Amino acid sequence: MFDRPDRSPRSNRLPDAAGVGYKPQHFQAILDAPGTVEWLEIHAENYMGDGGRPLAQLRHLSQHFPISVHGVGLSIGGEAPLDPAHLARLKHLVDWLNPASFSEHLAWSTHDSHFYNDLLPLPYTDDTLARVCAHIDQVQDTLGRQMLLENPSSYLAFAESTWAEPAFLHEIARRTGCGLLLDVNNVFVSATNLGYRPQDYIDAYPLDLVGEIHLGGHDEDADDHGRPLLIDSHGAEVVDPVWALLDYTLARSGPRPTLVEWDTDVPDWVVLEAEAARAAAALNAVKVAA
Amino acid sequence: MSRAEQFTRAILDARLPVPDGLLDGAQQPAGRRFSVYRNNVAVSLTEALHQGFPVIAKLLGQENMDGLAALYLRAHPPTSPLMMHYGDSFPDFLEGLEQLSHLGYLGDVARLELALRRSYHAADATPLDAQHLGTLPPDTLLSSRLGFAPAMTVVRSAWPIHAIWAYNTRADAPKPQPGAQDVLITRPEFDPLPQPLPPGGAAWIALLQAGETLGTATEAVTSDFPDFDLSAPLALLIEGLALTDLSQ
Repeated sequence: MFDRPDRSPRSNRLPDAAGVGYKPQHFQAILDAPGTVEWLEIHAENYMGDGGRPLAQLRHLSQHFPISVHGVGLSIGGEAPLDPAHLARLKHLVDWLNPASFSEHLAWSTHDSHFYNDLLPLPYTDDTLARVCAHIDQVQDTLGRQMLLENPSSYLAFAESTWAEPAFLHEIARRTGCGLLLDVNNVFVSATNLGYRPQDYIDAYPLDLVGEIHLGGHDEDADDHGRPLLIDSHGAEVVDPVWALLDYTLARSGPRPTLVEWDTDVPDWVVLEAEAARAAAALNAVKVAA
Repeated sequence: MSRAEQFTRAILDARLPVPDGLLDGAQQPAGRRFSVYRNNVAVSLTEALHQGFPVIAKLLGQENMDGLAALYLRAHPPTSPLMMHYGDSFPDFLEGLEQLSHLGYLGDVARLELALRRSYHAADATPLDAQHLGTLPPDTLLSSRLGFAPAMTVVRSAWPIHAIWAYNTRADAPKPQPGAQDVLITRPEFDPLPQPLPPGGAAWIALLQAGETLGTATEAVTSDFPDFDLSAPLALLIEGLALTDLSQ
C-alpha cells in the first residue's frame, strides 16, 4: 500500500480553480489570454515521444501553469500485468515534468498485447477489485506518488457485478491510498444510461477523497428500446444538467480543482475559456458560501 | 473465455453476437449499447490513421480511406498505447492489397509520411556550428566523420514520392513527373522538412551514417554517379540543422 498520510489528495498542488485539457492549437492563446484558467491537463501518451514541439511546448507551459498528467493508455483494469515498457515511459515523463497530479481510469484498453484506444468497462467483482488494487499499488510505487482514479462513463452493466460503483471506488482508495478523480459528466452519462439519479451517486461517493473534478460534453443517442443513450464524447459544451450536478457536488465537497475536457471538434480558445469561466464561477460560488 | 477476450473479439468482429451477461439499467440484454465500444474503437483508430497519413487519405479519398482503416485496424490492431506510432505497418499493408496494386507508389508515400511523423517526435539535438565547418581546410573536412540529429532520415523510392507529397500538400507544387526520388528529412526547428536528394545523395548519407569519412563516402558515390557533388546534399544537411558532430 502506498504511504497515505504524506500524500493525501489535498496535498496535490493543483489549485482549487478551473483548468482545461490542453490542446496544442491553443498554445499561444493560453499564454496570451488565460482568462480564469489556472492549470492545465495533458494526456500522458501524447508526450511520450523523444523530443520536438510537444515536449518543448509542455516544458514552456509548465513554467506558467501547474500541470496535471492524465493517462489514457495504462489499462489499469487489464487482465494481464501492466505493460512494463509503458509504465517506464510514464515514470520517465512524470520524473521529468514533476506534475502537480497524475490520474488514470477505472477501465482497460489493452488485451493480449493489443491496444484498443478506448476506455473499456469492468465488472465490479472482488477479482477485479484485487487486480485493480495490485496495479494501482504498482503504479504508485513506481511513480513514487499518489495517483487519482477516475470513474468511467457506462453504457451497460455486467450481470456478475457485486459492487456499486461508488463503493467499489471507495474500497480501491481505502486499500491503495489512491485519490479519486470525479468526472461529473461521466456520472450523469452513466446514471442516464443505467437508470439511476446522478445525485444518489454523488451522495454515495466518498467526496473527501476527490483530488480533481472533470466536466465535459456528451452526445445523445438511443438504445434498442428508444431510451436515451448518452455517449461521452468530449466534443461539445457541457450541458446544463451537468453544470447543476457540479454545483450539487461542490456544495458537498467544497472547492476542488475542476477541469473542462474538450477533445474532439476542438473549438477556438474563447469558447473553451468561456466553459472554464463557468466552472470558475461555480467554484467561486462555493468559496463565497464557505 | 475471459471478459476481455469476449469484448475484444466482439469489438473487432461486428458479426459476433454481443457477449452474454451485459445488461442495460433494467436488467435486460444490453443489445446495441455494446456498439458504443465497437464504434469508439473504430472511429478513434480511423481518425488516428487519417491524421497520421493525410496525403494517403487525400490520394484515396475519404470513403476509401475509411474502408481501408476499418480493414487495417482488424488486420493490425495497435500494439502500443502511443497513437503517435499507429500505422507502423500501414505501408506494407497498402502494398499487400491486390485492389491497390495499380497504385504502386502508395506504400512509399506512406513510408514518407511515417518518417515525417517520426522526425516530428524525434529527440532534440544541438546542431554543429556551421561557421566552424566553413573554416576547416578541405583536407580536414574530407577526413572527417559526421554525426546526425535523430530527426534526420532518408526515405528512398523508385517513385517520385517527394513530388507526390508536395503536390498534395502545397497549392503551388507542380504535377509529379515519373522517376525515382530519394527524400531527405531534416527538422530545422519543430517541423520536419522533406527535400529531394540529388542522385547518389542517399547512398552518400548512408555511407556517412555507417561511419565513413566525407572523402571516402564521396569517392565511393562518385564511381557510380560521376556528376555527384557533395556540396548540394551537405548544404541541405547543414541548413536543416541535421549535423551534430564532426570528428576525425
